[in-house]
Amino acid sequence: MRLLRLRVNGDVVPVAAPSHWTLLEVLRYRLGLTGSKQGCDKGDCGACTVLLDKKPVLSCLTLAALAEGHEVTTIEGLTPAHLRAGGRGADPIQDAFDRCGALQCGFCQPGMMLSARALLAKNPRPTRPEIQAALAGNLCRCTGYTQILEAVELAVAESGGAAVQPADGRRGARGAS
Amino acid sequence: MAARDIHGPAPPWGDEFRVVGKPTRKLDGLAKATGAAIYTDDIQLPGMLHAKTLRSTQAHARIRSIDTRAARALKGVHGVITGADLPIRYGVIPWTQDENALAVDKVRFIGDPVAAVAAVDEDTANAALKLIRVEYEPLHAYFDPREAAARHDPAIHEGRKEGNVSKHVRLEFGPVDELAAAADVVLEDEYSFHGSTHAPIEPHCAVATCSADGLLTVWSATQITHYVHRALAQVLEHPPQKIRVIQPCLGGAFGGKSDPFSLEFCVAKLAMLTGRPVKMLYTREEVFYAHRGRHPMSLKYRTAAGRDGRITSVDAKILIDGGSYSSFGLVTTYYAGQLLTGPYDFPSYRFDSTRVFTNKPPCGPKRGHGSVQPRFAFEVQLDQLAEKLELDPIELRRRNFQGERTRTVNGQRITSNGFLACLDQVERASGWKSKRGQMPFGRGVGVAGSMYISGTNYPVYPNKMPQAGVQLKVDRSGLVTVFTGGNDIGQGSNSMCAMIVAEELGVPLEHVRVVAADTDLCPVDLGAYSSRVTFMVGNATIDACRKLRSQIVSAVARVWQCAPERVRLMPGVVIDLEDPARSLSTAAAFQCAEEHFDTLGSTGSYNTPTLGGDYRGGTIGASPAYSFTAHVVEASVDTETGRITVHDVWCAHDCGRALNPMLVAGQIEGSVYMGIAEALLEEHRVNRLGLHAGPSLLDYRLPTSVDTPELHALIVESLDPEGPYGAKEAGEGPLHSSIPALSNAIFDAVGIRMKHLPFTPGRVLELLGEKSEREARARGGVETGGRV
Repeated sequence: MRLLRLRVNGDVVPVAAPSHWTLLEVLRYRLGLTGSKQGCDKGDCGACTVLLDKKPVLSCLTLAALAEGHEVTTIEGLTPAHLRAGGRGADPIQDAFDRCGALQCGFCQPGMMLSARALLAKNPRPTRPEIQAALAGNLCRCTGYTQILEAVELAVAESGGAAVQPADGRRGARGAS
Repeated sequence: MAARDIHGPAPPWGDEFRVVGKPTRKLDGLAKATGAAIYTDDIQLPGMLHAKTLRSTQAHARIRSIDTRAARALKGVHGVITGADLPIRYGVIPWTQDENALAVDKVRFIGDPVAAVAAVDEDTANAALKLIRVEYEPLHAYFDPREAAARHDPAIHEGRKEGNVSKHVRLEFGPVDELAAAADVVLEDEYSFHGSTHAPIEPHCAVATCSADGLLTVWSATQITHYVHRALAQVLEHPPQKIRVIQPCLGGAFGGKSDPFSLEFCVAKLAMLTGRPVKMLYTREEVFYAHRGRHPMSLKYRTAAGRDGRITSVDAKILIDGGSYSSFGLVTTYYAGQLLTGPYDFPSYRFDSTRVFTNKPPCGPKRGHGSVQPRFAFEVQLDQLAEKLELDPIELRRRNFQGERTRTVNGQRITSNGFLACLDQVERASGWKSKRGQMPFGRGVGVAGSMYISGTNYPVYPNKMPQAGVQLKVDRSGLVTVFTGGNDIGQGSNSMCAMIVAEELGVPLEHVRVVAADTDLCPVDLGAYSSRVTFMVGNATIDACRKLRSQIVSAVARVWQCAPERVRLMPGVVIDLEDPARSLSTAAAFQCAEEHFDTLGSTGSYNTPTLGGDYRGGTIGASPAYSFTAHVVEASVDTETGRITVHDVWCAHDCGRALNPMLVAGQIEGSVYMGIAEALLEEHRVNRLGLHAGPSLLDYRLPTSVDTPELHALIVESLDPEGPYGAKEAGEGPLHSSIPALSNAIFDAVGIRMKHLPFTPGRVLELLGEKSEREARARGGVETGGRV
C-alpha cells in the first residue's frame, strides 16, 4: 500500500492504493473517475488514454506512483476546464463527437477524445492523415472511424481551422445541431 | 389486436416529419462524451467482492476431481464454486441447452470455465485460482470439423444420437437437378470462410447483489436482458419474480453478448452464497474464450444459369464448425441456407448444411449471423458467372433481381426492396463504368449484393406474446418517459424511441427520457439481436404513442368543444387547426387529459405476422421485412508483396426510412469496416493443440484509423409497409457484401479469384504464381522462372 498525492483534473488528491496499481486502477477504483476505460489491460486498445502534462499516455501501463508530480487530465476534466475558461456547454471536442455520431457504444471514445485533444493542443490545424495518425493508438469497433475523423475536423473548423469537406452521398447525414 | 396494427410510413401529423429523418444527437451522446455514462464495470457497490474464473487447460477432457480446499482457506477468499454448485444446463435456444456455467464432469475447449472464486480483491481471487487443483483425464480432441462430422467416439456432448453433429438441415425447393441439367452454364466451386470474432472494446462484465430477503439484482453487459432473466431463474432455481436484470450502458456487442454467459450465473451464485455484492470482469483473453463469433464454414456452390445470365438453380453444401457448444447454432445452420434467397430470384434451390461440434471456443451470432459466409461464396460465384457469360457483374445482378412484393423460392415474404436503387447508387458513386476492367493492372473494382432480416418471427422460445413491448408515462410538466425492454447496445435504440415519441406527441426531444433494459421496470423486449430493435420496438413505441395521443386529443377536443380532427399536437404546443388563436402548451394538454382520464399512461406492442414457408424450419429466416445492400470496393494488389490495399468502399443500403440518417450512416460505416477487417486482417484461429492463436487485440489485429479505407455510406429508402414509418434494419445487412465485393475487386485488379478467407498476402502470391504458370503453359510451356 502506498499513499500517493496525485494532481487530477486540477485538484490535488491524496489516495492510498497498492503499490503495483496502475494509474487506470487508481482513477477508476479509488477516485471513481470511471470515464477512463479498460478494454484490454495491456496497451493494445487505447481506451484508458489520459493526458499526463497534456501528452496522451496509456493509464493501464502507467504505474500510479509514476503519475505523481504530473498533471493528469481525464475525460471528466475537459468540460469543467472548458467552463472555467469561460466556455459554454460541453468541451468542443466532446460536443463535436456527439454531433457527428461518433459515439456509438462510446466505450473507446474517452481515450479517443483525449488523443484528439492532445493533437489539437500541439497542432491546431491537422490534416486528415495527421488526425488518423494521432488516433491510431485508439481502437474503435463501432464506427469504422469515419464519424470520429469528421468530429475532429468539425471541432477544428469551428475553432477557426480548416473548412470541413462535405462528404459525398450522405444526404445530410452529418452534423446534428 | 393492437400488436398487429400496421402504422404505415406516413408522418403522424400533416405531410412532414418534424423529428424523424433528421440527423439528431443521441440521447446519451453527451453522457458518453463526458465520461458520465455508467457501464457495468463502472458500478462499485459497498463491500463488493471480485470474482475470477478458473479455465480449462485441456481441449477435451473428463474432470476426475477438483480440489478447492486450499483456495477456500486463503485469507480474503469468500466463496469458491464449481460445476457442482450450478448443475442445471442452459442455452439461448431452448431445444439445445448444453452449457453449464462451470464445467460439469468434462471440459470441451481450452478456456472452458471450471471454477470461480470471489475474494476481497482481484489479486486475492487470482491467487486463489492458482490453489485449485483439477485432475483431468484427456480425451481425443477434435479441431477439424471434417473429422468431427465423421467420427463420433468420443462424443463432445455425450448421449446424443447425432454424435458430434450439432445440427443438420437439408431443404429443397423446386427441381434443382433438372434445371441444372438443362442450363446453358453451370458453375461449381468451393469456398471457405475463417473464424472471426466481435471484439467489442468493452469486455464482458457482470455485477450481482442479493438482498437478505432474496431479491437478486444482476447488472450485465448483455444485449438480451430478458433471456438472461429467464436463464438465471432456471439455473439458480430462484423465482423469476425475485430476479432483476439490468443492462447498463453497453460498450459494444455485435452479437457477442447475446447468449447468457458463465459470469452472470457465477456472480449471482456467489452473491447469494456470500451475502455480498460480487463483480466479475473478463480479461480480454477471456473474451476470446467466451467468443460466439463467426462460424468457420466450408462451402460448395453449384449455380446454373441461362445464356442471358438468369439463374435457374442453386445447390449448396455447407460444413459449419460450431466449436464446443450449441449457442444459436440451430439457427445458424438454417440461416446458412435460408437467407440466400434474395435479392435475386431463382426457381430452384437446395441447401444441405451441417454444423458440427469441435473442441474450440463456441461460435455464435456475429453481425450478419450465419449468412455472411454463404453470401461471400455465392456472390463470388456470381462474379465467376458474369465472367463466363462476359456480362457486366452489375448487369448480371440486375437481371436476376427478384422485385418488390414477392415471395422467395423458400417461401419468405418480400415487401419493400430497394436493391436496384442500391446497385444504381454504388455504380454511379464509384465511377464503376469508367473503372471496371479499365484501370492499370493491379487495381480493380468489384461489386456484390445481399439481403438481411429486420427481426425474425421466430421468438427463440415459443410463445404468442408480443416480441416487443413499450410503456409510456406522462408527467404533468410535459415530460414523457418511455419504458422499453429494448437493449441499446450503442446502435442508438433509446434515441430512436425518443425520436418517435417526440414525433408522435409533439414534445421536444429533450422532454423525452428513456428507461431501458431493466426487467423490473420495463415491459419485455426480446433483445438486441437479429436486427430487430428498430423495427419491433419502433412499432411498439408508435403503438403506445397513438393510444396516448387519442386520449390527449379527445380530452382537449372536449374542452374546446370541437371535433378531435381539429386538434393537432405540435412541438411544445397543441393547436386547433381551424382556430389558430386557440392553443395549449403540451404540458397543459397533458394535464387536461389527466383531468379527464385519470393518471395518464399507455402501453404498446409489436408482434410479427404469421410468416414463413409451410415446412419444418420455414419460420427461421422469416422476417417482417428485409433490408438490401450493394457494395462496390476499389482495391489494389501489390504483386511483389501480395499486399492488398482497399482504397474506397461504397455501400448503398436500403434501410427503409432512415429514422436518424446520422446513426444509419454510422451503422453502414461500422459494418463495412468490420467486413473489410475480417477479410484482410482478423482471424480467430485455434492451433493444432487447441490453443487460441492470439487472444489479444494486438494479435487479433483490429484495424486502426490508418488501416481503414474511405467508407462511403449511401442511404436508400424504400419505405416498408410494416416498418415504423417505413424503417428497416441498418446494423447488419451492410456488412455482408463488402467481403465478396473485395474478392471480386481483386479479380478485376489482377485476375485471381480469392475464394478462401482471409485474403492474406501469402494466399495472393500463391494464386498469382499459379496464374502465371497457367499463362506460361498457355504460351507454349515456357517457364517464366519468376514467381509472378
